[in-house]
Amino acid sequence: MSGPNNSYDPVEVTPLKAEAVDAMREAAVAAIAAAADLGQLKQVRIEHTGDRSPLALANREIGALPPQARKDAGQRIGRARGEVARALAARQEVLEAEHEERMLVEETVDVTVATDRRPRGARHPLTTGAERVADVFVAMGWEIAEGPVIEAEWLNFDALNLGPDHPARTMQDTFWTSPPENHVVLRTHTSPVQARSMLTRTPPIYIACPGRVFRTDEYDATHSPMFHQVEGLAIDEGITMAHLKGTLDHFAAAMFGEGITTRFRPSYFPFTEPSAEVDLVCFVCRGTAVDEAGDTCRTCRGEGWIEWGGCGVVNPRVLVACGVDPERYTGFAFGMGIDRTLMFRHGVEDLRGFFEGDVRFTTAFGTEI
Amino acid sequence: MLAPVSWIREYVELPDDVTTDALAARLTALGLKLEAISRTGEGITGPLVVGRVLTMEPEKQKNGKTINWCTVDVGDANGTGEPQGIVCGAHNFAPGDLVVVVLPGGVLPGGFAISARKTYGHVSAGMICSAAELGLGQDGDGIIVLPAGAGEPGDSAFGVLGLGEEVIEFEINPDRAYALSLRGVAREAALAFGAPYTDPVLRDLRTGEAADGTAYPVEVDDAAGCPVFVARLVSGFDPAAPTPAWMQRRLQLAGMRPISLAVDVTNYVMLETGRPIHAYDADAVRGTLRVRRATAGERLTTLDDTERVLSPEDLVVTDDSGPIGLGGVMGGASTEISASTTRVLVESAHWDATTMFRTGRRHKITSEAGKRNERGVDPTICAAAADRVVELLVELGGATAEPGTTYVGAPPAPATIPMLADLPARVTGMAVDADTTVAHLEAVGCAVSRDGDDLQAIVPPWRPDLSDPFDLVEEVARIVGYDAVPSVLPTPTAGRGLTRSQVLRRRVGRVLAGAGLVEVVSFPFTGEAALDALEVPADDERRDAVRLANPLAATEPLYTTTLLTGTLGAAARNTGRGAPGVALFETGAVAFASDVAAPLLGVDRRPTTDELEALLAAVPRQPLHLAVVLGGVRENAGWWGAGRAADWVDVVGTVRDLADELGIEVRVANDQRAPWHPGRCARVDVVTADGTLVPVGHAGELHPRVVARLGLPARTGAAELDLDVLLGAVPDAVRGPVFSTYPVAKEDVALLVDAGVAAGDVERALRDGAGALLESVRLFDVYTGTGVPDGRKSLAFALRFRAPDRTLAEGEAAAARDAAVAVAAERTGAVLRG
Repeated sequence: MSGPNNSYDPVEVTPLKAEAVDAMREAAVAAIAAAADLGQLKQVRIEHTGDRSPLALANREIGALPPQARKDAGQRIGRARGEVARALAARQEVLEAEHEERMLVEETVDVTVATDRRPRGARHPLTTGAERVADVFVAMGWEIAEGPVIEAEWLNFDALNLGPDHPARTMQDTFWTSPPENHVVLRTHTSPVQARSMLTRTPPIYIACPGRVFRTDEYDATHSPMFHQVEGLAIDEGITMAHLKGTLDHFAAAMFGEGITTRFRPSYFPFTEPSAEVDLVCFVCRGTAVDEAGDTCRTCRGEGWIEWGGCGVVNPRVLVACGVDPERYTGFAFGMGIDRTLMFRHGVEDLRGFFEGDVRFTTAFGTEI
Repeated sequence: MLAPVSWIREYVELPDDVTTDALAARLTALGLKLEAISRTGEGITGPLVVGRVLTMEPEKQKNGKTINWCTVDVGDANGTGEPQGIVCGAHNFAPGDLVVVVLPGGVLPGGFAISARKTYGHVSAGMICSAAELGLGQDGDGIIVLPAGAGEPGDSAFGVLGLGEEVIEFEINPDRAYALSLRGVAREAALAFGAPYTDPVLRDLRTGEAADGTAYPVEVDDAAGCPVFVARLVSGFDPAAPTPAWMQRRLQLAGMRPISLAVDVTNYVMLETGRPIHAYDADAVRGTLRVRRATAGERLTTLDDTERVLSPEDLVVTDDSGPIGLGGVMGGASTEISASTTRVLVESAHWDATTMFRTGRRHKITSEAGKRNERGVDPTICAAAADRVVELLVELGGATAEPGTTYVGAPPAPATIPMLADLPARVTGMAVDADTTVAHLEAVGCAVSRDGDDLQAIVPPWRPDLSDPFDLVEEVARIVGYDAVPSVLPTPTAGRGLTRSQVLRRRVGRVLAGAGLVEVVSFPFTGEAALDALEVPADDERRDAVRLANPLAATEPLYTTTLLTGTLGAAARNTGRGAPGVALFETGAVAFASDVAAPLLGVDRRPTTDELEALLAAVPRQPLHLAVVLGGVRENAGWWGAGRAADWVDVVGTVRDLADELGIEVRVANDQRAPWHPGRCARVDVVTADGTLVPVGHAGELHPRVVARLGLPARTGAAELDLDVLLGAVPDAVRGPVFSTYPVAKEDVALLVDAGVAAGDVERALRDGAGALLESVRLFDVYTGTGVPDGRKSLAFALRFRAPDRTLAEGEAAAARDAAVAVAAERTGAVLRG
């Protein structure tokens, strides 16, 4: 690097002459304009603005000028370098834009190619179905009660007015644990959870009990030794069948859509009296019994109604056995199959699909139902 | 219950315009649930006539079959009056027999059109029909041979066969046993339409000579088991007398098989009245009939030719020879009506329903009689039903009624139920006033007395199911109509929402599904062989399963102790169906045996606290488990390159990620446990708030033998965790983290340790030694090979340091690193690698 040269002869230094500076500037600007891409422009930048560039070298000579000449020369060089820098920046911008445009074109991919690096997961419809049911009841202020699936016989039967010699026990073919004298069964319904709730809670009680239950049914397209139920129990002062109807109408509409209501038919369950079968307006044909094409509705087989479950007013004998004062409280209870509900809600033809574990079945339902 | 409509109408004057569909719908609304309506002869059109076989020539065919070339007189039905030539493959008839012929132009069920066609070298102009071909059931081989005199050749066979009959099949609930009879169904039909009703047991019978007296000596030792025993006797019965066609038809329509006149009559009267009747061959009975409980070990061969060893709880009817019938359930073989019976002893008795139920169950007998007796039959109609049987035996079998009726005992008094008049309104929410209540109770047969708001209802004898005021409420409600129940939402007190456990279980499912796992739901049934396949040792806790007394499959008598039996089964099923990889999870209860018996408590009061505790203590332990299975393709191969198979890292990683997501600290350690690979099995422990470790389960690669045995993808891994423990460790509320924004200082160390040292131990030592400035430690490389001595391995850790309040000074991070390495050296023999 050359420092100020005080002994310098105050004559003009050739590189600092106006023509020379102009030439350098023009050369630089021309080179910038000629740069075809960012690489060339980088080279141009080094050559025309770098430490070894003519303008940089000329700038260094300013110190050699007599003080009175330095200002002019400095301004001249400064202007030239400024102009070159601006040209560079402008060219840079242009070339970057061009580059980006080209890159984006070059990077174009075929977005239709497969993107399934990892298989998707899913939750089981019986789980999400039970959750959906639970949400409907929780939204009404109810709670979700659960209990063991292997249960004391007394809780599964006797407490529910199903004594040992009750003919209705044969309606629920029971898996007994060994030895049977231990009086422990695989629960045949989730009702023992209701019994447990009455025995451990103080009314008012509003609970829904989803869970798996067992009956000794042979396994086929519509029967399974294991299936799922949701039962409900409301115990309060002044509860009537009308509250049962209101609750099931609300439940039906929440699960199947507005306007889907229920119908009661007299029936028999030991734990309720009066008892009813509850039917649902067919949510496909909406009770008309015919589909859009005018053919017999397949979902309800032309009946306009779908059998949904059983229900009734809690038999006072059950209240007594479970420690609820039948003089003060009344209650209602209901129960329906979750599997069955999902079968007609989703058009599942074969119950076994739920239990085979084939991922193609489950994945179709996703993670919420 | 199959109820022929014409039979119903015999007892109730229904308006003619009431269709069978309307009748069934109204009865369903009253509680007799319609199962199906069938119409006999449905699908049959065209000429179906009675024919008389004139000739039949057996002709042996080349295919080995013999056919009969018949000529049949069909009167003028064929338009010519000439005999009709018909080929018939059946052999159960002879010339002179009356048969059913469908002539060309007729159509049989299933759209089977009949035309004259050439077959077996003849032109067969029509067909001689079997019951199956007419859609009348599968009974018998061969064609229908009509009773002599059933009709004349050329008569339409529709009437003769009872075609066009409508039969309603009802599902009868256990409380409505009275509807297991035409008497009961007709009574409901009368109620449904307000139509006049004639009770079949109240009509005049033509056996008025049956005066008081003794028809046959009977002694009842157990009046509680058999409150009423009625016997009557007929003699001179013609055992060859046929059952008239109308009766056979009704029995068939009602689902029973005609057998012989005497038996058919008892069945007919049972269907008519609901009262099961037994008929003995009086000449086979020795001495006095006696009703008593059996003695232990006593034997009886019942009508179905099964020798039964009796229980002291069974009720038997005996004669001098010993037991001759299982009272109310099934008769004995020794006194059965035979083809030579001429004296018939008729038994019409009322039995204790509980005994009937227990005996039926004990001996696995389901009979039409038992079904009615165990649900409760009208105890006041024993004599009327016996008289009806006698009447029919006299009328149809040429018998003579012997004078006298034996009547032992008395029917129990019907129950009187007190009820407040407003109870139906209070229970149903319908507006039902006292007058309506009284009227409806009277309509079902109650005798009601009223004193202000207090009602007393004496229930009719055919309704033993009515015992409580709420039973009466149902009777009133079903007549008012359930459709009238208003729809009112109850207003519960504020609920607490889902429980913590319920919320967390949803979270577990979402985390695992989000990680690409698919949930399955398996049966919990398993067997020793399945546990053997998993190589579960004999002394393992998982062998201590709850055993079922009545499993569906003998090979699966256990309620599983491990979810893996099911989840691995689902994995194998998917693999077998061509899935390249399986990523499954399952949650559910497993169970461990309890040898504590549960008490059977009374139901007339709440159990005491002690009783309840004893009850709950007998319920087997059923922890909630989570199973995870990962095997085969975990990441697909594709245009982007190779895929990746799942390995043990995926499984342990899934468990750790789940714990992280739940805010739980877990620690893993090498362990050995079936069904895992002994060198690739991690025990997983939860670190509790006080630092203690609680075992939560295992994860890792399955034993290669198990993988091969179950047909799973190579190197399939699995985990099974106790969700109760895991979820119990979830902190109640996460504390919001505080973190430093000062610059991080990174220090990497490579440590040489013996190959057997667990990286987790080294990591923990580093963590413990590094002090408060440590932000994180992460193992980023495990290396053996050049530069590392045999039996040693190099573990490379990235340590990150940061101070909460300042930028670390030069050397601070290095000092902390050195302190960390020092602790690692002390605890694990780690040496800093140069």
